Amino acid sequence: MQEIRFHGRGGQGAVTSAELIAIAAINKGKFAQAFPSFGPERRGAPVVAFCRVDDRKILIRAKVYRPDVVIVLDSGLLELLDPTEGMHDGGVLILNTKKKASDVVNVAGRNIRVATVDANTIAHEELGRVIVNTTMLGAFVKATGLLGIDDIKGPLLDRFGAKLGARNLKALERAFQEVTIV
Amino acid sequence: MAKVRKGIEVSIAMSEAVAQANVDVIAAYPITPQTHIVEHLSEIVAEGHLDAEYVPVESEHSAMSVCCGSAAVGARTFTSTSSQGLALMSEIFTIAAAMRLPVVMALANRSLSSPLSIWNDHSDVMSVRDAGWIHVFVESGQESYDHVFTSFRIAEDPAVMLPVAINLDGFILTHMIEPIEYEDDETIRKYLPDVKMKNALHPDSPVSMGCFGMPEIYTEAQMHRQVGVVNSYGTIVKAWQEWGDLTGRYYRPVETYRTDDADYCIVTMGSYGETAMEVVDSLRGEGEKVGVIKLRLWRPFPFEDFRREALGKKTLIVVDRAISFGGPGGPVASELRSALYGVPGAPKIVNYVAGLAGRDVARVDFRNIILEGKAKAEKGDTDGFTLYGVRG
Repeated sequence: MQEIRFHGRGGQGAVTSAELIAIAAINKGKFAQAFPSFGPERRGAPVVAFCRVDDRKILIRAKVYRPDVVIVLDSGLLELLDPTEGMHDGGVLILNTKKKASDVVNVAGRNIRVATVDANTIAHEELGRVIVNTTMLGAFVKATGLLGIDDIKGPLLDRFGAKLGARNLKALERAFQEVTIV
Repeated sequence: MAKVRKGIEVSIAMSEAVAQANVDVIAAYPITPQTHIVEHLSEIVAEGHLDAEYVPVESEHSAMSVCCGSAAVGARTFTSTSSQGLALMSEIFTIAAAMRLPVVMALANRSLSSPLSIWNDHSDVMSVRDAGWIHVFVESGQESYDHVFTSFRIAEDPAVMLPVAINLDGFILTHMIEPIEYEDDETIRKYLPDVKMKNALHPDSPVSMGCFGMPEIYTEAQMHRQVGVVNSYGTIVKAWQEWGDLTGRYYRPVETYRTDDADYCIVTMGSYGETAMEVVDSLRGEGEKVGVIKLRLWRPFPFEDFRREALGKKTLIVVDRAISFGGPGGPVASELRSALYGVPGAPKIVNYVAGLAGRDVARVDFRNIILEGKAKAEKGDTDGFTLYGVRG
């Protein structure tokens, strides 16, 4: 089972990202869960969303405490929390930042791969708005190999419609190309 | 028969099941965490996908009042609520059962105030336990979808004519996206045809409902409700059996996991059952002879099924999701102790209350509860209950 944790701010679409991964995996015949850190919606406040993907039926109904993948949509959150908390050895941390990974997060001595992408710029250029949740999925696909871009394409177009969906897909594809993995 | 497997939010799947069940009337007031169910139903009706009346009432008290009226004229009727909403509708909630009105409700379980909390536990449903509704607990999205159909089938059966509450854990299930297999409309129509209810209100054949009852008749009316709830058991089992024959998904009043050779069992009700199964698998790997007993049917209480599974075990560790303040423990443990009282060879019962108002109960917590509970039973420490994880 792969367990994924998203860190974002209310309104940035962390929950949507988790949902798109789960739906894409389920459409491939896998089992998956996506769920928010339950509570009242608060725009701008730090939020967490979770996703699980497995080849067999998933029974656990608790939060994700030992993630294999952590995705941070807003690098400002790195001042408030440790995104690597509970991460498995061999896990992947995916950050939205212009900076080099080593400048924003300290994973020295830990077996964690770090992927960075400047999703703000990509989203601004492709979508005209700095909403990075779908852009970050491109980095997720490249960094984890858990799903292909084609797997996410269907759920993405279903969610956003043909026109907006195509723009989100372009942002996703750019992030796939531009992500740097250390 | 075409099945379609979808990755979908459980609330949305449930509202689509209600549409597939071809309901006539939905009356509801939005309240977290049930909101997505009725919101999506209002869209389905507004977009013309379902020929039904959606009555957007001003309170839950009115929601259940409308439901009583519509069920009384023989319309297939659905509503949904949670927590304070259920508390506000409780006056009419009881009347629905007393008047034998086959309303089906999705009860997205949530804690009661105060402190104000929107998160999940079973304190809301336990406050209306004794009203005379049939109460079913589900533990997954698939079960939430399936039980919409089985519940209408049970509620509207002429031998039953009682309201049914489908209890699903708020957020843990309502806000979860997971795979759910949809049945096609033809299968649903076959299983759940439109019904013409006997004794429905109609000007051509007048009947009285909800009358004033003098002491000379009140006792008999209560006996009537008691017999009705008890006797619904046979219809419930049959409805679940037939659903299983049609879809391959079978449900039973009490379900078990790895209990055959178990010395002791954890007992759950609702969505905790699946996590418990996973933890039992890992404890089995360490040589613990432990299993899971899951209560699906809460009212009528399935005494025989429960005793059949419980007898022969040394200990039951019962996880409740609500407290009876000043009482003997959680409502489920109280029921099980009472069901086993005086039965020779009955297992010891250790009671934990956990997961109040959405406090996460992770694998490690289940493990602690199971192993601590076993040790308590061995020491004979079986009185009352332990509030798991409470800080000094």
